[in-house]
Amino acid sequence: MKLLHKFVLITFVALMAFASQVEAKKTAAPDFTLKSRDGKNVRLSDLRGQVVLLNFWASWCGPCRQEMPILDEIHNKYKDLGFSVLGVNLDAKSKKAIDYLKDTPVTFPVLYDPKGDVSGQYGVQAMPSTVIIDKDGNVRYLHEGYKSGYEDDYRKQIKTLLRE
Amino acid sequence: MSALRSLAKLAVITLFFLLAGCSSIKPWVKPYERQNLADPITFFGRDPVADNFLHHVRQAREAARGAEGSAGGGCGCN
Amino acid sequence: MAVINKIKLVGLVFLGLMQAGFSALTLQAAVLPEDRSDILYHRFDGGGVVIDGPSILVRKSFQDTVSISANYYVDNVSSASIDVVTTASEYIEQRIESSMSVEYLRDKTILSVNYTQSDENDYSARSAGFNFTQDFFGDLTTISAGYSQGWDVVGKRGEEDFAEDVSRKQFRFGLTQVLTKNSLIGISWETVTDAGFLNNPYRSVRYLDPTTAVGYTYQSELYPETRTSDAFAIRGMYYLPYRAAIKAEARVFSDTWGITSKNAELSYTHPIGDHWIVDAKIRSYSQTKANFYSDLFESIDAQNFLARDKEMSTFGNDSGGLAVSYEKEINWGIIDRFSVNLSVDYIQFDFEDFRDLSIEGTTVGEEPFYTFDAIVTRFFFSIWY
Repeated sequence: MKLLHKFVLITFVALMAFASQVEAKKTAAPDFTLKSRDGKNVRLSDLRGQVVLLNFWASWCGPCRQEMPILDEIHNKYKDLGFSVLGVNLDAKSKKAIDYLKDTPVTFPVLYDPKGDVSGQYGVQAMPSTVIIDKDGNVRYLHEGYKSGYEDDYRKQIKTLLRE
Repeated sequence: MSALRSLAKLAVITLFFLLAGCSSIKPWVKPYERQNLADPITFFGRDPVADNFLHHVRQAREAARGAEGSAGGGCGCN
Repeated sequence: MAVINKIKLVGLVFLGLMQAGFSALTLQAAVLPEDRSDILYHRFDGGGVVIDGPSILVRKSFQDTVSISANYYVDNVSSASIDVVTTASEYIEQRIESSMSVEYLRDKTILSVNYTQSDENDYSARSAGFNFTQDFFGDLTTISAGYSQGWDVVGKRGEEDFAEDVSRKQFRFGLTQVLTKNSLIGISWETVTDAGFLNNPYRSVRYLDPTTAVGYTYQSELYPETRTSDAFAIRGMYYLPYRAAIKAEARVFSDTWGITSKNAELSYTHPIGDHWIVDAKIRSYSQTKANFYSDLFESIDAQNFLARDKEMSTFGNDSGGLAVSYEKEINWGIIDRFSVNLSVDYIQFDFEDFRDLSIEGTTVGEEPFYTFDAIVTRFFFSIWY
């Protein structure tokens, strides 16, 4: 009987651990290296220890453009607390993105993925897509598309991850 | 008229097959590959006010009416 | 008794239904239409008819969820058309139309409702409708469906008590499929049913009458009280690698009045530099006559239904058009960009069983077939905000 109890207890604890993992939905964010605006290569794992908001966007996408100034504001608000927005531009011709950023500058780092390799890695299903990554490099939240009001969710989620 | 109805039925059936088959076939144009489809020069009705007027001109002088619009394409955002 | 004929009254009414339905059917996948305002000067000049006027549109969205638009349109008609010239004197009149639509976006679905009203001194039309578009399969496929209902009151100048009703129901369905990164194809189908007083209270048919000097006499036209039609169209778009687009469209139509038609159109859009866009198109249309149409009936009351409306005859038209547009991004307060546009279309109509009675010295029944050409001009400014 005691053996059975132990067995049940261990199984129960194991199940709980498994369940909590499923609940947290932590999947490691695929690592990548892309060229940034200033010509230097940036690697996602270099930002380990910070909360990262990864935003996939393109200059031809209306909702993406709408979101850019809002992401800039969020970047500036939380960057001193161990946070960064990382923009990944998916324009097939990066020049279009460069021209767009001249008219609508942002202060957060923008990386160029003209071939769409990284967006493929992340299984991007919508434009724009926003992925929020915790300090351990795990994907915690995914937002597909952008509509007014999404930024409130971003702020809540960033604050949650910063407190961890 | 019955030919038109048959064609219309065919269209609806095609749609259902598309719906049925879509679980095994994955979308072959990714959302980030749509820059050309998002270009306004590809839209059928780029300036609705001007396009509507031309449709009106035709309808007022031709017996045919209907099936003049088209939805879809574009950037596929959100 | 002076009888004043008009160009197709019933056709004008369709602007309401078609415009409302059409504007919903040009939606792009899963995003609301852009906020914009347009002011258009439109002009039709041909066949003795000049119709011009403004069309103003304002559209604004809220919270990326709802987009509302309102349109105000005026037709100033001065007509000495073939119908008028042969039976009456020139006239001038005005038609005013206003419409409103609301689009609601949720996930991949757009629902829209619209309402239109059109008034002139002897015709009033009201219509309301809704449309639904849904994207799926990774936004590669879009289906759209819509229904509209119209209520018209046909009046007659000179007869205060004349008021006949027309009711109209329309159902449309469309499917658009993205084929490649550079192409898409769409099919659409629309069925319309009208019931009520479907003819023109002023227009007449003619029948052989050897007792008169010209050889014929007029009597009022008489149409059936119902008409149901089906139209089926296919359209395709291909994006050319140097940044241009080619579009093609073909449609077939038939109705319970025996009219069948087909038309095809090809257009090419070519941007030049960052600011200019040029569009060129050609189109060809042909139709067969209604089964109760005749240019010259054998006798009075020759049939149950009688029509001599040239729009019900056998004819074809060919047209070509060119449009030039200049667009620039600016930052004037809330305005993001503006455009200036001019387009001119030339249409040539050739009738095969409608004769030109304005030509003198002809034998009855052997007058030359009517032909006319028209120039359609559209000049407009747009702003986006």
